[in-house]
Amino acid sequence: MYGTVYGSTLNERWEVTKQQVIEAANVRKNYRGGTEGAGLNGFDLEVTAGTVTGLLGPNGAGKTTAVRILSTLLKLDSGTASVAGYDVSRQGAEVRRRIGLVGQYAAIDEVLTGRQNLVMFGRLNHLGHTKSVRRADELLERFSLTAAAGQSVGKYSGGMRRRLDLAASLIVAPTVLFVDEPTTGLDPAGRLEVWTAIRQLVDNGTTVLLTTQYLEEADQLANRISMLKDGKVVAEGTPDALKAQLGSDWLDLVLVDPAEVTQVLGLAEPITNGEIKVEGNRVSIPVKDRTRALTIMANSLHEARIEPEDITLRRPTLDEVFLHLTGASA
Amino acid sequence: MTALGWAIADGWTITRRALTHWRMQPGLMLFAWFFPVLMLLIFGSLLGGAMETPEGSSYYELLVPGIFALTMLFGLEGTMTAVTQDKDKGVTDRFRSLPMSSAAVVLGRCMADMLDTIVALAVLTGAGLALGWRWHDGLPSALAAFGLLLLLRFALLWVGIFIGLSVKNAQSITAVQVLVWPVGFLSSAFVATSTMPAWLGTIAQWNPLSAAATASRTLFGNPDPSTTATWIGSHSVLMAIIAPLVLTAIFLPLSAYRYRTLSH
Repeated sequence: MYGTVYGSTLNERWEVTKQQVIEAANVRKNYRGGTEGAGLNGFDLEVTAGTVTGLLGPNGAGKTTAVRILSTLLKLDSGTASVAGYDVSRQGAEVRRRIGLVGQYAAIDEVLTGRQNLVMFGRLNHLGHTKSVRRADELLERFSLTAAAGQSVGKYSGGMRRRLDLAASLIVAPTVLFVDEPTTGLDPAGRLEVWTAIRQLVDNGTTVLLTTQYLEEADQLANRISMLKDGKVVAEGTPDALKAQLGSDWLDLVLVDPAEVTQVLGLAEPITNGEIKVEGNRVSIPVKDRTRALTIMANSLHEARIEPEDITLRRPTLDEVFLHLTGASA
Repeated sequence: MTALGWAIADGWTITRRALTHWRMQPGLMLFAWFFPVLMLLIFGSLLGGAMETPEGSSYYELLVPGIFALTMLFGLEGTMTAVTQDKDKGVTDRFRSLPMSSAAVVLGRCMADMLDTIVALAVLTGAGLALGWRWHDGLPSALAAFGLLLLLRFALLWVGIFIGLSVKNAQSITAVQVLVWPVGFLSSAFVATSTMPAWLGTIAQWNPLSAAATASRTLFGNPDPSTTATWIGSHSVLMAIIAPLVLTAIFLPLSAYRYRTLSH
């Protein structure tokens, strides 16, 4: 599908590597008013073909701004960004031909039926009528919307709208799909529907850049995560690598009697390498050597005749990584 | 296909979307098309009896072209609402992220709204004829009048697109919807401007809506005392051509600029 691409040194370079589908370096964007959206402040990103990259950050970190710049909806002030080897500032039309965009709102016509929407977007992708209809039916099938295809979108549930929105962005199989906060405002069932749909995309080889403020979502869907704060990437890596950056696993103890907490803190002294957290009768102990810590603690508890309600070892959650890296207070 | 070819093809796809809306929401469309008839009946029957008309002619002779012009002004709301909704819902962003012709979105809106206006004019013409309104100077002249009315609608389309793209959200549209009324009343749509206090009449005369109302009366052969009262009145046809062109010259580039630099 890249056969029709000529010229442009940037693109030639991409043809050779074919690795980085998205490259952004030191991108800056300031909104004059300051209220319209969060700016970017030296934003860097590299996305490898065939992966899901999660852009994770709180509201106002600049996630949407980054997506809007990469999808050519917004001009950057300085820095460089390319998608599929095309410069977003100078070769917008080429970029648009290779991307799909799923924005924060389901960008579909609520009066039209699901099928009418997809056929319209097919025609606007210049597929021609017959092909548009065929493609619409394929996509409706794939996103389990065939039964509702003839219904006006106004009657769809939130999850159905999102799935139709995803379908609309896949009419011409895009090289990169931008998905901006796909499950914001959805109920848990709708969220699961959308997650399943996104996993299917990846199975089909689409490169996805996903923004989310839900750590769980990034953990579930993304191969790599870039954590964004104040318009800048503050950490980047696989979810596991990011968790490992915190350095420790946690030994969680739930005690029957809160009065035992002080005693347990004493027992934890030899095995911990960080700051122990206490929440009511729950004690979280950061530990370095998982098995050794567990064995020692189990023995000490036994000797002290403390019978905890629960004792577990766990990796740090992304929440903890996130709070740690962004310096936000829990 | 050439760029122009795609602009037209894509524009037609967008127009068809609007036509599908008509089919999916027939009640809404019928209401929109019959609303001007309702106004015609309210103003004609309720207030018409108290109107002094030249040489004892029916008030409908004056009112029907006025309501024609007013309908062009009210069309502004439809354009604005459609544009703002698309912007709010992200549909405009999706269009902008597609490899389609960027002129097509506006072109499609334009075609759809003009078709909508033609239907509204046809319905209103039927109602006017049923109430005894006639054109007196032959069909070509009458068609010229309709042409001037559509020219005004075309100009207001760009005003509507510009406002629609500029407002923050759909709620802001309400403010504009209210403002449309004084603009409508401060014109020759309901009464000849020559019957107003001089200073008010002067303001009303310069309203592009007055130019369209008075000019179409002139072309339909319907009496309008203001045509002989002042220079603008007697040059209403010229004004009805120039005013929309000026509006278009201002708001078309502004709309194009807004569309290109949308940052939601």
